[in-house]
Amino acid sequence: MNLAVCLTQVPDTAARLKISTDSQTIDSEGISFVLNPYDEYALEEALQVKGSVLGARVTVFCVGDDSFQPTIRKAFAMGADDAVLIENQTYESFDVANALANVIRAQFNGLPDIIFLGKESIATNDAQVGAMLGELLQMPAVCVVTSFKLEGSLAKLEREIEGGSELLEIELPLILTAQKGLNLPRQPNMKGMMLAKKKQILKQTADMSAAGKTHNTKLELPPKKAPGKIL
Amino acid sequence: MPNILVFIEQRENRIKPASLEALSKATELLRTSGGTLSAVLIGAKEIREQADILGNYGASVVHVFADPQLETYSANTYARLIAETATSAGAEAVFFSATAMGKDLAPRVAVRLQAGIASDCIALELDEKKAIAKRFVYSGKLISTIELTSAIKVVSLRPNSFSIVETKTTRHETKLHDYKPEPFDLKTIVKEIRSLPGKLDVTEADIVVAGGRGMQSEAHFKLIEDLASVLGGAAGASRAVVDLGWRGHSEQIGQTGKVISPKLYIACGISGAIQHLAGIASSKTIVAINKDKDAPIFQVADYGLVGDALEIIPEFIAEMTRVNAEN
Ligand SMILES: Cc1cc2nc3c(=O)[nH]c(=O)nc-3n(C[C@H](O)[C@H](O)[C@H](O)COP(=O)(O)OP(=O)(O)OC[C@H]3O[C@@H](n4cnc5c(N)ncnc54)[C@H](O)[C@@H]3O)c2cc1C
Ligand SMILES: Cc1cc2nc3c(=O)[nH]c(=O)nc-3n(C[C@H](O)[C@H](O)[C@H](O)COP(=O)(O)OP(=O)(O)OC[C@H]3O[C@@H](n4cnc5c(N)ncnc54)[C@H](O)[C@@H]3O)c2cc1C
Repeated sequence: MNLAVCLTQVPDTAARLKISTDSQTIDSEGISFVLNPYDEYALEEALQVKGSVLGARVTVFCVGDDSFQPTIRKAFAMGADDAVLIENQTYESFDVANALANVIRAQFNGLPDIIFLGKESIATNDAQVGAMLGELLQMPAVCVVTSFKLEGSLAKLEREIEGGSELLEIELPLILTAQKGLNLPRQPNMKGMMLAKKKQILKQTADMSAAGKTHNTKLELPPKKAPGKIL
Repeated sequence: MPNILVFIEQRENRIKPASLEALSKATELLRTSGGTLSAVLIGAKEIREQADILGNYGASVVHVFADPQLETYSANTYARLIAETATSAGAEAVFFSATAMGKDLAPRVAVRLQAGIASDCIALELDEKKAIAKRFVYSGKLISTIELTSAIKVVSLRPNSFSIVETKTTRHETKLHDYKPEPFDLKTIVKEIRSLPGKLDVTEADIVVAGGRGMQSEAHFKLIEDLASVLGGAAGASRAVVDLGWRGHSEQIGQTGKVISPKLYIACGISGAIQHLAGIASSKTIVAINKDKDAPIFQVADYGLVGDALEIIPEFIAEMTRVNAEN
């Protein structure tokens, strides 16, 4: 069974963000990047499936640059088998989804059995890549998943909605995006960290002729609130 | 000028107020420019009866897909029907409300229409050439301005951020469409909805009362529930108390919980950690009750009460009960 996990990294949530002089990006100087919290649930779920299905392999996919190395090493340390770094410079959901779709299809010579993503990046709060990937690969995609059970090739999923949840049953292959509550991610252990150092990261570039059409033109601080009344 | 299509969400044949916010915003944008405003409504047979309401909020054409097979949500089906309707209606922009369903659909429709997309917007401008939207990024720490320059633009609007406005012109046309299932549609049909009985969700409530570790025990959350109940609002929680198992995750507000934008948010015994503030940045009015006058929550509060929440909340409940009785 082929399990793919798409991972991104985000500034540490406690980081003080400074807007760069171009006023379009944040100044990454002195900011530490961490694995996106929702992606940790995605990876953990993939590792749990691997643990219960003989011969399953977990392959991690990141669209990013060399700064993603520590994030990928962490995924290895948690138990990922392989990793592919897709070296395309892009900030846009569609481009990321498109790059992932192309490289994932090539990597598995078709579709993997399950693709796991986080429900959203806590940097952009877009929550778009998973559903887009579903359209691009023509795979059923279930977003904001809080419970996942596999019975043979039938997946039973629960996804969060306002005031409750929706239950779905879907035959593999499928895509899911992980919500908090899905599982408790493991901490990498010593052995995992040692193994992680030796693993190879495969590098790829994706054909990006179909470019997205969304541009981030400006970043600003939210307007300051007038000081409140203390009673 | 741009034609706009608005997706109207319903659950159990009731239209969600958040969809009327999106429709009202589209009406406002088209007021001066005069494009056509269409709405698309998908659901069971009974949903037809709801179509007329949409005229009151500015829709001039209402596309209805009413079929027993459409009663339960299927992402693939709904996305296909919306994209096809957008194309046949010549829509240059498709609006959603950024609810659980809207957020699930908008990216799929954007891919199908090769459209640029901006999700969970708090401000929006639109002309023939482009859409300019503002949205929170980095969990509420910054605001990003997004420009969409594609021929078709897809946006989802943050619930409670745009007002519902009734229009006087109620002339509209309803177009009933047949539904013919396609194989990919059937792959994502929801089998069953499990709802938390009688509970108002924090993302849908006008008033949210939340408790943190300062409430000191699980039992004291009765006070939070009672205050929420006298105010007609929903009860919420900080992550600290969700992690302690005092409250369910569906109530958690913040970066790894829910993002809310109520008219009134009351934080009781919550310190105001940056990850908590991420969920409340677009609340209209924030009231904080905390015994520590230096708690960070006071920096974002419009009204701060320094004192013991366990003493203040009962007084608050008593006062509100008296006011409610008088009205
Ligand atoms: C203002 C801004 C600043 C940015 N700054 C940087 C930066 O300094 N450095 C940088 O490298 N990137 C940066 N990015 C890119 C960003 O980290 C995302 O990779 C990109 O925006 C696409 O993700 P999304 O927001 O659409 O993700 P969402 O749709 O919110 O993400 C959903 C899921 O998709 C998957 N996913 C998302 N992105 C990737 C990815 N790149 N690779 C693999 N899986 C992914 C994850 O599982 C994630 O949980 C920036 C983006 C913006 C808008
Ligand atoms: C990656 C990450 C994601 C996170 N996501 C979230 C999230 O989504 N939501 C969230 O809430 N947190 C989140 N957190 C946790 C966050 O950092 C804080 O730990 C948490 O919000 C603290 O909860 P609290 O305010 O209830 O508790 P505390 O910080 O312990 O604050 C308790 C407050 O109660 C006050 N108090 C005590 N007794 C009384 C009394 N009798 N009357 C009145 N006031 C009293 C105290 O003065 C104090 O200010 C996240 C953290 C991380 C690292």
